[in-house]
Amino acid sequence: MAEIRVQHLRKAFGDFVAVQDSNFVVEDGEFFVMLGPSGCGKTTTLRMIAGLELPTGGQILLGGDDVTMLRARERDIAFVFQLFALYPHMNVRKNIGFPLLAQGMPSAEIRTRVEETAKLLRIDHLLDKSVSGLAGGDRQRVALGRAIVRRPKCFLMDEPLGTLDTEFRDLMVHELRELHNRIRATTVYVTHDQMEAMSMADKIAVMNHGVIEQFGTPREIYDRPATMYVAEFIGSPPMNFLKFGGGLAKGASEILVQGAKVAVPEVREDIAPADMALGIRPEHIRFDDASKLRGSIYGTEYLGTTQIVAVETADGIIKARVPAEIRLNAGDHVGLALNSARLSLFDKGSGRAVKTAIHDTASERRAQHG
Amino acid sequence: MSLTTAHSVVAPSANSKRIAGAIIIAYALISIVPLLWIFATSFKTPPDSIAYPPKIVFQPSIEGYCNLFTTRTRQTPEYINSLGPATGICDETSRKRNMVIAGPSNFLPRFVNSLIIAFGSTFCAVFLGTLSAYGFSRFKVPLADDLLFFILSTRFMPPIAVAIPIYLMYRELGLSDTALGMILLYTAVNVSLAVWLLKGFIDEIPREYEEAAMIDGYTRLQAFWRTVLPQATTGIAATAIFCLIFAWNEYAFAALLTSGTAQTAPPFIPTIIGEGGQDWPAVAAGTTIFLVPILVFTILLRKQLLRGITFGAVRK
Repeated sequence: MAEIRVQHLRKAFGDFVAVQDSNFVVEDGEFFVMLGPSGCGKTTTLRMIAGLELPTGGQILLGGDDVTMLRARERDIAFVFQLFALYPHMNVRKNIGFPLLAQGMPSAEIRTRVEETAKLLRIDHLLDKSVSGLAGGDRQRVALGRAIVRRPKCFLMDEPLGTLDTEFRDLMVHELRELHNRIRATTVYVTHDQMEAMSMADKIAVMNHGVIEQFGTPREIYDRPATMYVAEFIGSPPMNFLKFGGGLAKGASEILVQGAKVAVPEVREDIAPADMALGIRPEHIRFDDASKLRGSIYGTEYLGTTQIVAVETADGIIKARVPAEIRLNAGDHVGLALNSARLSLFDKGSGRAVKTAIHDTASERRAQHG
Repeated sequence: MSLTTAHSVVAPSANSKRIAGAIIIAYALISIVPLLWIFATSFKTPPDSIAYPPKIVFQPSIEGYCNLFTTRTRQTPEYINSLGPATGICDETSRKRNMVIAGPSNFLPRFVNSLIIAFGSTFCAVFLGTLSAYGFSRFKVPLADDLLFFILSTRFMPPIAVAIPIYLMYRELGLSDTALGMILLYTAVNVSLAVWLLKGFIDEIPREYEEAAMIDGYTRLQAFWRTVLPQATTGIAATAIFCLIFAWNEYAFAALLTSGTAQTAPPFIPTIIGEGGQDWPAVAAGTTIFLVPILVFTILLRKQLLRGITFGAVRK
């Protein structure tokens, strides 16, 4: 197992820049997820780490060794493809043993290793079956088996759950994380599904247009999005934005939104007057008739434990997540109270988050852990 | 209306199935009659073969096959009577026609030539075609589209249009009437077909298979051999049949460029007619035997052939 260090990584296909100045470190044994919409450069980054694509610039270090220009087979990594790439002309046993065969391992040893791996993944009863008859989840397990059988330096996975049915997917998310907890292999996992990312990752990099928008733990990414893009991409429904104008002074803790004063986490930097946005997670909204921030109920979406309420305000629709018991009717006028400690502020022009008190609690917390 | 009797928009009705079946059977009959005719003629005696009206029912004879494999000389009845008892059934039939077997005919060596040249050129065309198709499919080849068009363009004219230059070229190079020359020629003609057909098949094989193998520690060549090739067998088999049929049946170049040692069966069979009268049963026997290898090969690979020619119509 090894740490993966990516420095100033860049990939261009002609005029199109797929990955731009990517920097991140995946620590030994970490489960790292690259999250982003299709075409954001996450798969290209993964393929460069694998050696299936050569970078236009930058460096990739695997366990301290520069592997930037090495061939895929010289990197000692394993890759799980979206479509699994199980060889249809081989049975399960041969598929899993295929990487060991390349190393010239004696067949008796291959047999033991394959059987160990199959047991770990609970597919030992399928070893002599043909791969084409397998169900989606089992195919996935065989693909994982082929990856872990060799005990490589790290695992790379390209949307491995993308083709599975929802029920299988939840099961596999759980299994993958459990497997990772057992073998603690450095893993880079690419997905466009935020639920997969949030539930499995130790660290997440949110990518957009070839740029890493934010790198951090799932908690950091959700609670303190670095950009408006991240805030919108993560969370369902996504973060709400209310626009407000004017500059911000260091130490300010109140802003004016639609004529209402809203308490916000204390601002830690001076911002010149510009178009700004207040970011509010749906669950940080309460209904409070005393609030000056007002709107009318547009519709509700009942989810059992909670409900999502769409509220029409002067600045468009805001979605709030409130307890399911509250009875609401379309057209009702309501006041919106916000959980001040959890709000984010953004510069609308650059999309960048303004430094506020929520960020220093983060560094304090990190200092305590460290 | 119950679901089972509901009119289906997808499945053909019983009536249209019957009509389609009738058309197919009629077409199959029309196609197969000449073959049956040849097959029947090969077992007729020379007089029966030219009888009018044609005989549907006749006494089968293997005279055609005897004549195909042997050369015979005409002798006087006195000389034939002076010989000992006939040594075999062929000997007996020729004596009845006042002939004596003088030795084996050239049919067998010509047939062997056909086998060597057709299978040899098919192997070369498929081998080169597979590698080129893989290259075109997987790598960024500069001017790939132009090269592919150029490769296809070699089939824009009938090959025989270049017969004279090739004849002169082969004479200079000493390739006339050699198996090597014929293999090279048929390979050149077939390789364009092979590249185009196989590129389609290989394009359909996801690259992930090789990428997975290369990450797992194999070289590209090993990955190609172990993952791409096994999955391309359908395409390779279909391509091989098309190449083989061309090389096996080719007449014009064979007639022009081979005359002796490297002569193939197609130009040889008509020469049988000239030897001692119009020996149609022998010609029919030669044709029947000539059909066997291609028939066997096609039957062996029929599954692949069917998948090959309907390829692309339905996605797996």
